[in-house]
Amino acid sequence: MTPDSQETILLALLVPLVGACGMALAWKRANLRETVTLFTSGLLLLLVWSLVPGVLAGDRPELRLIEMLPGLAISFKVEPLGMLFACVASLLWPINSIYSIGYMRGNRESRQTLFYICFAIALSAAIGVAFAGNLLTLFVFYEVLTLSTYPLVTHKGNDSARQGGRVYLGILISTSILLLLPAIVWTLVAAGTLDFTPGGVLRGHLEGPLLGLLLFLFMFGIGKAALMPVHRWLPAAMVAPTPVSALLHAVAVVKAGVFSIVKVIVYIFGIDLLQEVSSGDWLLYVAGFTIIVASVIALRQDNLKRRLAYSTVSQLSYVILGAAILAPISVLGAAIHIAAHAFGKITLFFAAGAIYTAAHKTEISQLRGIGRRMPWTMLAFSIGALSMIGVPPAAGFISKWYILSGALQTEQLLAVLVIIASTLLNAAYFVPIIYSAFFLREDVGLTGDGHGEAPLPIVIALTMTAGLTILMFFMPELPLALAQQLILTAK
Amino acid sequence: MTLNMLLSHLPALQVVVPLLAAPLCALLRPRHLAWAVATLTSWVCLLISLTLVAQVQAGGTLRYTFGGWPSPWGIEYVVDLLGAYVLLIVSLIAALVLPYARRSVEREIDPEHHSLFYTALLLCLCGLLGIVITGDAFNLFVFLEISSLSTYTLISFGRDRRALTASYQYLIMGTIGATFFLIGVGLLYVLTGTLNMADLAERIVPLAESRTLHTAFAFILVGVSLKLALFPLHLWLPNAYAHAPSVVSAFIASTATKVAVYVVVRFIFSLFGYRFAFDQMQLDWVLLPLAIIGIFTASVVAVFQENVKRMLAYSSLAQIGYMMLGISLDSVTGLTASLLHLFNHALMKGALFMALGAVFYRIGSVQLGQMAGLGRQMPWTLGAVVAGGLSLIGVPLTVGFISKWYLILAVIEQGWWILAALVLVTSLIALVYMWRVVETSYFQPRPAGAVIAGEAPLSLIAPTWLLVLANLYFGIDTGFTIDLAGSAAAALIGGEP
Amino acid sequence: MEFLGHYNYWIVIFLMMTGFYVVISHSNLVRKIIGLNIFQTSVFILYISMGKMPGGTAPIVAEGVTLYSNPLPHVLILTAIVVGVATTALGLALVVRIKEAYGTVEEDEIHAQDESL
Repeated sequence: MTPDSQETILLALLVPLVGACGMALAWKRANLRETVTLFTSGLLLLLVWSLVPGVLAGDRPELRLIEMLPGLAISFKVEPLGMLFACVASLLWPINSIYSIGYMRGNRESRQTLFYICFAIALSAAIGVAFAGNLLTLFVFYEVLTLSTYPLVTHKGNDSARQGGRVYLGILISTSILLLLPAIVWTLVAAGTLDFTPGGVLRGHLEGPLLGLLLFLFMFGIGKAALMPVHRWLPAAMVAPTPVSALLHAVAVVKAGVFSIVKVIVYIFGIDLLQEVSSGDWLLYVAGFTIIVASVIALRQDNLKRRLAYSTVSQLSYVILGAAILAPISVLGAAIHIAAHAFGKITLFFAAGAIYTAAHKTEISQLRGIGRRMPWTMLAFSIGALSMIGVPPAAGFISKWYILSGALQTEQLLAVLVIIASTLLNAAYFVPIIYSAFFLREDVGLTGDGHGEAPLPIVIALTMTAGLTILMFFMPELPLALAQQLILTAK
Repeated sequence: MTLNMLLSHLPALQVVVPLLAAPLCALLRPRHLAWAVATLTSWVCLLISLTLVAQVQAGGTLRYTFGGWPSPWGIEYVVDLLGAYVLLIVSLIAALVLPYARRSVEREIDPEHHSLFYTALLLCLCGLLGIVITGDAFNLFVFLEISSLSTYTLISFGRDRRALTASYQYLIMGTIGATFFLIGVGLLYVLTGTLNMADLAERIVPLAESRTLHTAFAFILVGVSLKLALFPLHLWLPNAYAHAPSVVSAFIASTATKVAVYVVVRFIFSLFGYRFAFDQMQLDWVLLPLAIIGIFTASVVAVFQENVKRMLAYSSLAQIGYMMLGISLDSVTGLTASLLHLFNHALMKGALFMALGAVFYRIGSVQLGQMAGLGRQMPWTLGAVVAGGLSLIGVPLTVGFISKWYLILAVIEQGWWILAALVLVTSLIALVYMWRVVETSYFQPRPAGAVIAGEAPLSLIAPTWLLVLANLYFGIDTGFTIDLAGSAAAALIGGEP
Repeated sequence: MEFLGHYNYWIVIFLMMTGFYVVISHSNLVRKIIGLNIFQTSVFILYISMGKMPGGTAPIVAEGVTLYSNPLPHVLILTAIVVGVATTALGLALVVRIKEAYGTVEEDEIHAQDESL
């Protein structure tokens, strides 16, 4: 709780914003602008990671900024879960920036400055969500995140972008205003506080069905977690350029959603309270339903990015499932899955974007034999897919293992079945892609221009994230340590 | 010594300065000179209101008697906390609108009428400030008419001939409203023999059962509701806002209805007393349904408007409904929400109407179809529209969020969940109609053959953005506004005899 | 005779309703303004009649007179009359401009012209 770490929190929020101003000033000079982006993202990485040792040692640095409403300040408190989320987001931003440079230049996208600026603002908002010390702060940055990513989703500026943007903004804003906001106000009226408190704040204030209703408002109000039926914004957001889909709709935005859900369950309701009452049980069923149905839909998509999007919907519900099982070990699994899924899914999106940039292909049926032309890309894709399925040596295995252990421990047979079935479904929609990419011959008519690998920055980026996916399997100490701290404080 | 004397006369000067400057403007033929005098006057007014706020915060309610006649006999000016706050809003908007006016008026109004236009604007300012500051019920009527008559004139300056019919329609309804108000005041005078509002408040306490008092209450409320454009007495407002010159729309949309809300608050809470109004007259049963229907219908109608100024006019009706909803909740939180929204709505609507004025300045229209593709050609102007729209929707970090938060808090405190849902649903409708503007201006190509519109001149953009920044600032650092609204609300409800 | 005891109020109400009816029912813009005038006049009478004291004289200090009429309502209503005159003037000015712009002062014809645009 040193003043140093307070400053670090503030800097972590401000650095991306200052970087955004820098990018705006350098708008005519692409090289300078991209240097600023890389520099900013690197600096953010250092700042966020410098907080890790303190948090591991038990520090919970706090920072109170301005008092926005009487008794309700914009305040920040770094706790293990937020630390984990911030680490993941800040680690992937520089890599994604490298990728963006290759992608945006390779596809000659317009308005690149606006793109980088919105990206930086979105990252600042994601850090704000991660470090939020109360629900109000979380809500504020949650909305900033939605709005700052809207220009990114609609970047192409054509009719389909407008349609996609409409669904994106419509669902995210309306769920947050219609459900999340009243849930927050209700919590305030009932409990008198909005601070994230270990063990929850609602004990003795609300009970029975009311608690279930409040949980309902929170779970569907946090639309970013893409629980069915409020998931439709995620496939709609796939009209965005791939770096946006990669970092925002596989990492920052969706993880902000499930992160908020875990945070609400652990720090507002309290695991124990939810265990005692049965009014929250439905969450398990909804999460399980989402996992299975989204996987089935993914199976039927031919567009690669849409398949990945539905896979994300399904994977996000793993995190919710992990939290809803309410066993400490499954909550731990949920926390780790935030990181594991991030590394795997960003790799998959990077690969999809690499294919689009090099071969201008978007459909899965066009991918026969592409593994020979783009071996690195498809290798990375395979690693990402393994992580999604949950096979060693990829990070997804670890988190799935913990969630499964939790389900077995609490004898939630349904959860166990869901996890097994979804593993099979995951395999069913990823393995054929890998198989046809490496083992089938290219269609004669589609050989086209004889492309090779994507531009170098893209390949570097996707190799790095694939490496991270493997690395996390062999060295899961850091996320495990943070997640264990979460369990300890939650008790 | 002279400074002290000046300071003690500030309540009078607040009204007298624009009143004297107005004829001066009319005499000044060179139009830039008229503009300069008007602008200077508005800044002096702002300075006076700021000083008054400081004085009230330091020393409590100010009472100023005219001509040495002590209060129940002479006309008295009263500046309490809430009054100072509303004075500040009105003069702040005036001080921002007038610098903006020069270019916009040059574009929209014939040169030979400029001096008269500024005269009318200053008279309107004088009337609005007078309504707020006076402590005398009949004097309030006079100022109400000063502001109304000048508003009718201002609206009729619109380029479109429909401005004339809009102004006429407003004149008829406004005069009926003012006359109703006058009847109410007359009945109060018959009953008590006084016109001083503080004195009235004391003398009507034993008369709570009197039928004359009930009639007076009804007449005054209906009269003010006409000025306020409370549903279903709102018919004049959309036309008036839509066809008035841009400067006038910006000015009256963010001040006139706010002042009318202030009058309602003043009469309900400090004159009649809220126990009389709510327990005896069952005001909540009248006000609440009207507010709800008003919010809902106006929001829905706004979605289908093609003229963006008209759309914002309907949105204003909905916002007036929010303020009335807060009042009718009959709780400190509800009143706080209304008073907060009074200030916040002035900021957002001011910014939005000014931005639309800048659009009109460049393309000569505010039809949605004509605004297609403007986002790239006028980035600052449309940026202001987006920011103002976000505030209207109630997105965090804007003032709109703060108002909405308080309104929902007040409603949930009463346990009225359906009402909370309604407030939230209507803010989503605001999302729909604002997003129509955003999508049209950013995603559609310019209509074929349309002029290439450059960014509006700085003198239009700067005041607009000052208001936009105020929207953001008071949405983040809310200490000042919430404290003021909260303590004013507590004083109004707690200060019941 | 109780019924007619306050006959001044009956006159006021009659005038008020007449004026109000004219404003609402007529589509001629000038007639509306005349109706508005009648409506306002009823209020003037309401004020003036309540200042009347039975047996009181004009409020001028003179020997041997103790009962005066209340002068305040007269003063108030002078102001209101001025306001009314201003309103009428402005309203008529608007009607002139409307006549110039539309060529008619009938409300329904004006609406028809605006709709056909």
